[in-house]
Amino acid sequence: MAYSYQPYPFVSPPGLTAPESRHKVVIVGAGPIGLAAALELAIYGVASTVLDDNNVVSVGSRAICWSKRALEILDRIGIGARCVKKGVTWKVGRTHHRDREVFSFDLLPEAGHKMPAFVNLQQYYVEEYLIEAVQANPLVDVRFNNKVTNVAQNDDCAVVEIETPDGAYTLESEFVIACDGANSPVRNMLGLEFEGELFEERFLIADIEMQADTPSERWFWFEPTFHPGQSALLHKQPDNIYRIDLQLGWDADPDKERRSENVIPRIEKVVGHGDFRIDWVSVYTFQCRRLRDFVHGRVIFAGDSAHIVSPFGARGGNSGLQDVDALGWRLAAVLDGRAPARILDDYNAERTYGADENLVNSSRATKFMTPADGIERLFRDQVLALAGKAPFARNWVNSGRLSVPCVYPTIADDVTVLPRVSRPGSVAPDAPLGDGWLSEILGRRVVLLALGCKVPEMSGVVTVSSEITGYLRDRYLGAESVAIYLIRPDQIVAARWSYLDPAAISNAVGNIWRNE
Amino acid sequence: MTALINTKNLQDHDGFYADLLDTHAGLSEQNSHALNAQLILVLANHIGDRQVLREALSLARQNFG
Repeated sequence: MAYSYQPYPFVSPPGLTAPESRHKVVIVGAGPIGLAAALELAIYGVASTVLDDNNVVSVGSRAICWSKRALEILDRIGIGARCVKKGVTWKVGRTHHRDREVFSFDLLPEAGHKMPAFVNLQQYYVEEYLIEAVQANPLVDVRFNNKVTNVAQNDDCAVVEIETPDGAYTLESEFVIACDGANSPVRNMLGLEFEGELFEERFLIADIEMQADTPSERWFWFEPTFHPGQSALLHKQPDNIYRIDLQLGWDADPDKERRSENVIPRIEKVVGHGDFRIDWVSVYTFQCRRLRDFVHGRVIFAGDSAHIVSPFGARGGNSGLQDVDALGWRLAAVLDGRAPARILDDYNAERTYGADENLVNSSRATKFMTPADGIERLFRDQVLALAGKAPFARNWVNSGRLSVPCVYPTIADDVTVLPRVSRPGSVAPDAPLGDGWLSEILGRRVVLLALGCKVPEMSGVVTVSSEITGYLRDRYLGAESVAIYLIRPDQIVAARWSYLDPAAISNAVGNIWRNE
Repeated sequence: MTALINTKNLQDHDGFYADLLDTHAGLSEQNSHALNAQLILVLANHIGDRQVLREALSLARQNFG
């Protein structure tokens, strides 16, 4: 069934009648990233005001494919279970060349994790759940139909000018987080530009509703007979909605391709019948670009306003949530004086690194999916031909490498005989713990996970111990009998040791907060 | 010290050369290019060492500008 859009009411903001006292954080954009940022900050007790020029959730499904890491982040802000319940959990992908299946992959769910590998759920549902959560949160003030018209900054604060149906007003804020999407007006207001590649390739995205028995799988085609010479993707969402992506080529006219009389015949060829309803259609151009820096004084960029990638690989929404993950605890610490402002440089360094990894993966997938004529096409076609007869060649077939969190580069203390999966810079892998999950116990604070030893009380650190289960042994100990992990509020492993060295721990805690 | 072997490492060079040409026998130029592409991928996977492959790519590219 079609999603029923409920407009959220416009409430005349207090700033229209009298100047509001200076805000801590103003977030521009009530999309998934802006709303998640508000909830993340609220975890740390920081109030924020979210401004959006619109009053409904995402029009069209847009980001549909949420990774395990994104689900863990959504879980921390209270909507993870709801997303998993409503979403379509999938793990099998099938790749076809012409009309033959070349290979399939199974993202075998690794036991001992709270969240599945991937869930498909329309962005409008994620936003709906997030808006419910922010409206129930006294620390978040979300204002619909509040359009930001200018952002400036001085030594004391950022100054945000806003237009509403009832008139214009101005807010002062210590920080502004720009989560206003790929075409970010705030980016333009600051005179900043994206750098990177624009691919001369257009894709048609269509959501259709149909009754079908299709399994919950990701189906990808290179050069199918129903869409000669191009690529196609079919992906299932809740409510009998299916996402179809069709490569159009650069000569395609986006306005023409969007029209029903042109879309319907294309879809009929994909699904083999005409018994469906078109829910949403969009045409997009492949881009792999980012801002050089995500932090500009008091204005911080997160999500699509900071970086955009071509969509195969689920790296848009998921990477935006990872921005929120890396920013929230640091910004909260700056605001309440626990950390110097230079800790925001770490956000910039880590997330530009993460963005670059996504950009590289996305550019490579784009090149494989839409090779230039000549040698690029020759190799692409021969990889596909070889993949049919030699299993090793399937690894080269690239229809989008699915998003996994990057491992941040770090020079922190490490003991390399401990398992690689939990090395410093990685997300601390989840594991069952007692009646719950390690991921529920970590997060929001700095944790010292002590396995196989006792550690003395240390200031600023919460110690978590556990009996050693098989999962903890595999993910945290390996062959060692003692392991001590220092884990940041965003569940990133900061440093680790196989022996107790209180001075080293204390030093590593200081590094987390950038206290020198 | 390079990872790529730059000295004679194959028994019966002439035999391999003949096999290589025989493998292409009867193919159009376009299909020969396709076969070569597959052959490169097969051999790259077999070699399995990024450093060796980097040096091989660089050696092959020499003098092409």
